[in-house]
Amino acid sequence: MVDSILFFFEVLVGGLLSGTMYSLVALGFVLIYKASSTFNFAQGAMVFFAVLSFCGFMEYGMPFAVAFIAVVFLMIIVGLLTERLVLRPLMNQSEDTVLMATIGLGFVLEGLAQAKWGVEVRKLSLGIGDFPIPWIADNLKLFISALDLTAGFVALGMIVLLTLLFKYTKIGLGLRAVADDPGAASSIGIPLKHIMLLVWSTAGVVALVAGMMWGARAGVQFALIELALKALPVLIIGGFSSIPGAIVGGLLVGAVEKVLEVYIGPFFKGGIEAWAPYMLSILFLLYRPEGLFGEKIIRRV
Amino acid sequence: MKPVFMRYTKNDIINFVVLLVIGFLVVPNFIQSDYWYTSILLPWLCLTLAALGQNIVMGYTGQLSLGAAGFMCAGAYACYNMMLRIQDMPFLGALVLSGLIAAGLGIIFGLPSLRIRGIYLMVATLASQFFIVWVIDKFGWFKNYDVSGSTTFQKIFISGVAFTNGKMMYLLVLAIVIVLTLLAINMARGSTGRNWMAVRDMDIAAESMGVSLLKTKLQAFAINAFLCGISGVLYTYTYLKSAEPFAAFNISLSFKIMFMAIIGGLGTISGAFIGAAFILLFPVVLNAIGNNVFHGMIDATIISSIEQVVFGGLIITLMIFEPLGFAKLWETLKQKVIKTKS
Amino acid sequence: MPLKKKSIKAKKKKSMVDNRKFKIGKPILEVKNISLSFGGVKAITNISFNVLKHEIRAIIGPNGAGKSSMLNCINGIYKPQEGKVILNGEEIKPITPNIMSQKGISRTFQNLALFKRMSVLDNILVGRKLHTKSNFFEVAFQFPRALKEEKFNREKCEEIIKFLEIENIKNTEVGKLPYGLQKKVELGRALATEAPILLLDEPMAGMNVEEKRDMCRFILKVNDELGTTIVLIEHDMGVVMDISDRVVVLDYGKIIGDDIPDVVRADQKVIDAYLGVAHG
Repeated sequence: MVDSILFFFEVLVGGLLSGTMYSLVALGFVLIYKASSTFNFAQGAMVFFAVLSFCGFMEYGMPFAVAFIAVVFLMIIVGLLTERLVLRPLMNQSEDTVLMATIGLGFVLEGLAQAKWGVEVRKLSLGIGDFPIPWIADNLKLFISALDLTAGFVALGMIVLLTLLFKYTKIGLGLRAVADDPGAASSIGIPLKHIMLLVWSTAGVVALVAGMMWGARAGVQFALIELALKALPVLIIGGFSSIPGAIVGGLLVGAVEKVLEVYIGPFFKGGIEAWAPYMLSILFLLYRPEGLFGEKIIRRV
Repeated sequence: MKPVFMRYTKNDIINFVVLLVIGFLVVPNFIQSDYWYTSILLPWLCLTLAALGQNIVMGYTGQLSLGAAGFMCAGAYACYNMMLRIQDMPFLGALVLSGLIAAGLGIIFGLPSLRIRGIYLMVATLASQFFIVWVIDKFGWFKNYDVSGSTTFQKIFISGVAFTNGKMMYLLVLAIVIVLTLLAINMARGSTGRNWMAVRDMDIAAESMGVSLLKTKLQAFAINAFLCGISGVLYTYTYLKSAEPFAAFNISLSFKIMFMAIIGGLGTISGAFIGAAFILLFPVVLNAIGNNVFHGMIDATIISSIEQVVFGGLIITLMIFEPLGFAKLWETLKQKVIKTKS
Repeated sequence: MPLKKKSIKAKKKKSMVDNRKFKIGKPILEVKNISLSFGGVKAITNISFNVLKHEIRAIIGPNGAGKSSMLNCINGIYKPQEGKVILNGEEIKPITPNIMSQKGISRTFQNLALFKRMSVLDNILVGRKLHTKSNFFEVAFQFPRALKEEKFNREKCEEIIKFLEIENIKNTEVGKLPYGLQKKVELGRALATEAPILLLDEPMAGMNVEEKRDMCRFILKVNDELGTTIVLIEHDMGVVMDISDRVVVLDYGKIIGDDIPDVVRADQKVIDAYLGVAHG
């Protein structure tokens, strides 16, 4: 009995922690959505692009820190180009048009990354193993992966940082103003370009961190894209414009899919993880279309 | 141009006859190599149907949907099981029934469209993609408990005539595609299509005119899934011949079909044909260039990466400059030529 | 004076003297105690008025008075927290745009709600939806009924196009037309429904004097010849006073006047509202 409860907790904690990885990807979506009301479908591809480039730079012999900074710069360039070449020309287009363009952008990024770095699966070692932490295993009898726990802390750190940035800095204020009404914001002298640059580079950094976490666990490979796709149901559950939403949504998705997989999966030869997040998001859509933390949208006629 | 019959103009009929002659007389007489039929024409015609469905739901009705491969999978396995389990099941009967089964699923998975739109809807439709394929893969019954996990689809016989070689299958698929395209054209140009577009352009006004959003959206989803289902049957029976659900009907196929609809031209029938041709032929051309110009010096994976970059870039470019895709570009070009002539 | 008569003089006065084909009858549409708020902000408070059969009923009021919200409540786009809508003596429940269209209420929108990527003719044809019985299957296979309906509907729409004098643009994509013409197309689409009640939300907004005169003429003609009951919102006081039978005046979501134009015109409260006298 105790064992089975412990096991349940283990599954739950494992799910929650791996859910933070979804949160990390979702965070990038939220940032861009908050600043420009754009659904950036390419965020998943950005994750892949960032971490693959990181691996590539490391293979060139760059030290960890240098490679990290190099990728950050690379992501800033990607952000700049995206803003200039994709989003600005589509400024007054419908949401759906912009969304489709970002789907195209995703394909471009995936293709570029693979054309440059190849398609073989890479191992990314962060010096943190994907094995149970002995202390917790001994004392609490819970098997919790060190990597999962690190990812959890990293995600938490990012969230705290971003929340502080959004809420308490001048930049954050400008950001919120831009998100609300770009025209009005620029007319009172908020530098639109700088803000956008900042947002896209932050999203780039978030993508890199998310990619590193995912890469360390599942290897750096194309399948990351499909994993990153699960950030979409996370966003629906949490609400597109909410940082806490991305976190809670990620945790929820991670926990639910893991619990379902472990307890119900065996009856169906597994694979429930593949669709559970999407079904969960549909349920949410039926009862709370704006998501847990999203703002209710009133449509004016 | 005066309408000759309903909304068919004289031009339409001329175009139609020319295409019929090319499709049924010129192609079978001039193309003998099986490669052309089995590797190019058949997948093109099959996927055109799916792209047509995608276009109806996305281009005409404005509902973003990303689950075409799921419905194709449902159609293919519905047909497989009917042919397997029902004695003397005629292929065409099974084909239509498979389409209807897929349509039923389309209605179920289209239900979220009543409350949500845009990316929300797209995520919801992804559920159909992952769920349907999962069910078919995990429940052995659908695959007749084949231990290999893959399914070999039956050979096609229609009233004793075997449609097994490339040319015969091509003729069969072409006939089906033509019939379904005609039906789609009739709907798109008639009151049905107007309802779709009204919902797309301004749903509240459509509702105020008595157009039921519920009925119209679900209808579009059903027709989309029907066409995808038929497409799935033909795609597996004539092109793949044997398949594993997860490998054959993955998310990439859904993306591909979505791209066909977008690149070809949202809200156009001809766009489905143009888009499918482009998406299928471009890699072939790229590979040919890789093999013949660079003599295989370029890695195949790099070629497929380039392909992705081109598709993605093309979509961005079209969204910026011509959201109505190649079909519209073609129209514009044609009109310019006519103008310069006169 | 904002209430001064404008130059648009139509033949209304004459028709008021009991020679109109469709005599004004009993109440066809009644709204009772409607209140609507958006998240705590009250848009409309406790509004009741009625519309008589075959009359032209105007709703006027300064910006933000809740006029459009009122129409949106009648046709079910907004869901008022309180109140009911009674049509032909029967309370309608639930009120959705779709149900209201089936019950015979058609409308136009303040900010234009046309199907932008469709042609003028196709836009107006959508208005024939409720007169189209054939389903998608019949349309796909071109059953005789579908063909007959399509032909009939097209003829009807061509008539409307001719009536509105927009034959030259009938195949143009609506999104490419200037504002004034789009307003006309929207009226055409509402007319195509042949609904006995039309709700027109600022049909003359953004038009020049000539276009306004045309629009008035169309509205009066529809009312005269088809007996259509018309509820219209208008900003231009002159226009309203000329063509309407009775006027409701809203201010800050409340009714401050409801009478025939001549009485409303003289009402001090109405004048104050329009002149922007501070609310005490």
